[in-house]
Amino acid sequence: MLEVKNLKAHIDTTDGVVRAVDGVSFTIKPGETVGIVGESGSGKSVLAHSIMQLNPKPPTFYPQGEIIFEGKDLLQLQDKELRKIRGKEIAMIFQDPMSSLNPVFKIGDQLMEAILTHHHLPKSKAKQRAIELLTDVGIPDPEKRMNAYPHQFSGGMRQRVLIAIALACNPKILIADEPTTALDVTIQAQILELMKNIQEKYGTAIIIISHDLGVIAQMAEKVLVMYSGRIVEKGDVEDIFYRTSMPYTWSLLRSLPRIDSESRNRLLNIEGHPPNLIHPPSGCNFHPRCPFASEQCKMVDPELTKRSPEHYVACILSEMEFKEAKKRMENVEREGDLNHV
Amino acid sequence: MSEPLLEIRDLNMHFPLKQGVFQKTTNYVKAVNGVSFTLNKGETLGIVGESGCGKSTLARTIVGLLKPTSGDILFEGESILQYHSKELHQLRRDVQMVYQDPYTSLNPRMRAGDIIAAPLKAYNQRDHLRKRVLELMELVGLKADDYKKLPHQFSGGQRQRIGIARALALNPKLIILDEPVSALDVSVQAQVINLLEDLQEELGLTYLFIAHDLSVIRHISDRVGVMYLGKMMEMSDSESLYKNARHPYTNALLSAIPLPYPLKEKKRERIVLKGELPSPSNPPSGCVFHTRCPFATEFCKGNVPTLDENNEADHYVSCFYPMENKQEEFIRQ
Repeated sequence: MLEVKNLKAHIDTTDGVVRAVDGVSFTIKPGETVGIVGESGSGKSVLAHSIMQLNPKPPTFYPQGEIIFEGKDLLQLQDKELRKIRGKEIAMIFQDPMSSLNPVFKIGDQLMEAILTHHHLPKSKAKQRAIELLTDVGIPDPEKRMNAYPHQFSGGMRQRVLIAIALACNPKILIADEPTTALDVTIQAQILELMKNIQEKYGTAIIIISHDLGVIAQMAEKVLVMYSGRIVEKGDVEDIFYRTSMPYTWSLLRSLPRIDSESRNRLLNIEGHPPNLIHPPSGCNFHPRCPFASEQCKMVDPELTKRSPEHYVACILSEMEFKEAKKRMENVEREGDLNHV
Repeated sequence: MSEPLLEIRDLNMHFPLKQGVFQKTTNYVKAVNGVSFTLNKGETLGIVGESGCGKSTLARTIVGLLKPTSGDILFEGESILQYHSKELHQLRRDVQMVYQDPYTSLNPRMRAGDIIAAPLKAYNQRDHLRKRVLELMELVGLKADDYKKLPHQFSGGQRQRIGIARALALNPKLIILDEPVSALDVSVQAQVINLLEDLQEELGLTYLFIAHDLSVIRHISDRVGVMYLGKMMEMSDSESLYKNARHPYTNALLSAIPLPYPLKEKKRERIVLKGELPSPSNPPSGCVFHTRCPFATEFCKGNVPTLDENNEADHYVSCFYPMENKQEEFIRQ
């Protein structure tokens, strides 16, 4: 349904060109959930905004790539045509429910605006639809709540309203950019549950962006792991979490404190910081922080290659080599622990 | 057992809500409501709870930034609430704090070295100032040439290291960490957690670690307290809390965490709490959790449970009907 082909989104700054998204390809089918995971600055939000063409141009420009939605390349469309797709065919939920709603308009009006922009309906019908939507997203007493202002809602409730607005025109794709990062865990559980129910009911495809590997594991069927503007591993959710083949993904999983770990295992230190995207490192972008990096990694920029039908990895280590490297490292760790005692 | 360093006894911190022309007090926000615990030397106590549960207010009260409404705080056996300014000055040398936001807790116009030197100057320890600062910087993993850099030249994780070095400058006994890693990325978070653990081992520090992330708390804490609406809901050693959580709220929190295991996630049964956090200015009657508790009865609405209810050994739970936990079995599968 949506196909992103070798997309590059670069941003012009006074210091040079930031390669925020640097050659990303993926597809999404109807009713599917794709998760994009990465740390801050990995380009995941720029990627999501590119699909909606929401990055300000300039400074953002797209030197290469296509975003094909229902046969049309979104990068080539005029503003007028884009506006027909935005909100109607592809809708978006943003991270911060506190600032995404207009504080001076009533919830009901903002919801009706979303409906009336794309449909010629009498106001009474739009109102009816708005109330339906609020019921759908689980807001109690929706008729009364239509007249409330955003400040009268808590964070979780506002996120529900934003989901209602996004759903107003039955979009085919819903892009959720860190939808629960600003919320407490119990509220996060409610919102994720709601998103799943809505997907079942309407058959919406969801692109969920998060830095939280747990959220991705819970929601996504397919996962893209991003690092410094590129996809470094992609595949089914089980491939990514159980048959991890890229050192970056593996390190991320190892650096996560686990609720189920027996003893106080030491977390894996990923040394250093995410790279500067104006002057990315030579070779593989991850090599300065990679525990398995060799001399070759400084020279060769690995391409995303197929490991199994759905599993792609950007690393020069083959599956066997990676396994051995992990084993070697675990042995070193064990010795380190013994020395420590 | 080791000796207690910090004792909190029935601490209350109520903020008055004022209204009208005469600013008459109409109500109170009960941010911390009858919290008691003991923190032993060399131990890490984790306090976990959602936003608005009073965990940060608790921290601020302990370092003396807020004067509690009632209750007592004993540091090394002495009540700090009776302290005068001179004694408080001494206390602040022993109790230091690391803040959540590494972007706003450092003065943007001061150089990293001067930020770390500030507490030393405040206590007139000017001998070998530069040497001591460099020592501290090395301790937290900063380079010597970072001395002259300004905060904006550092990344989030490095700034948090500066904050930690500043807290360590006066050789404190207790460090209160208020969400020290929640603003950081996963990979950097691991670096800071490892650093905190190393420092504790090396310097024999005692931590009061406040966070909303149960996995981080489990990783670093010896004992854990779970707060909800200003009250302590459950408190026990870390192993026992996570293996055998007995309060329905703790269980709901544990089950709400998404785990990085997709197959288990699909089968997992959650306790999804209904509704939102009630307002702390008008908390529910009886057990404060009864409005969202899936197991609440009429009895819970009228009676207030205490932390001594149904306790087993060192595992305290403030609930009339504590449950047997299935969460851990599930995780083990």
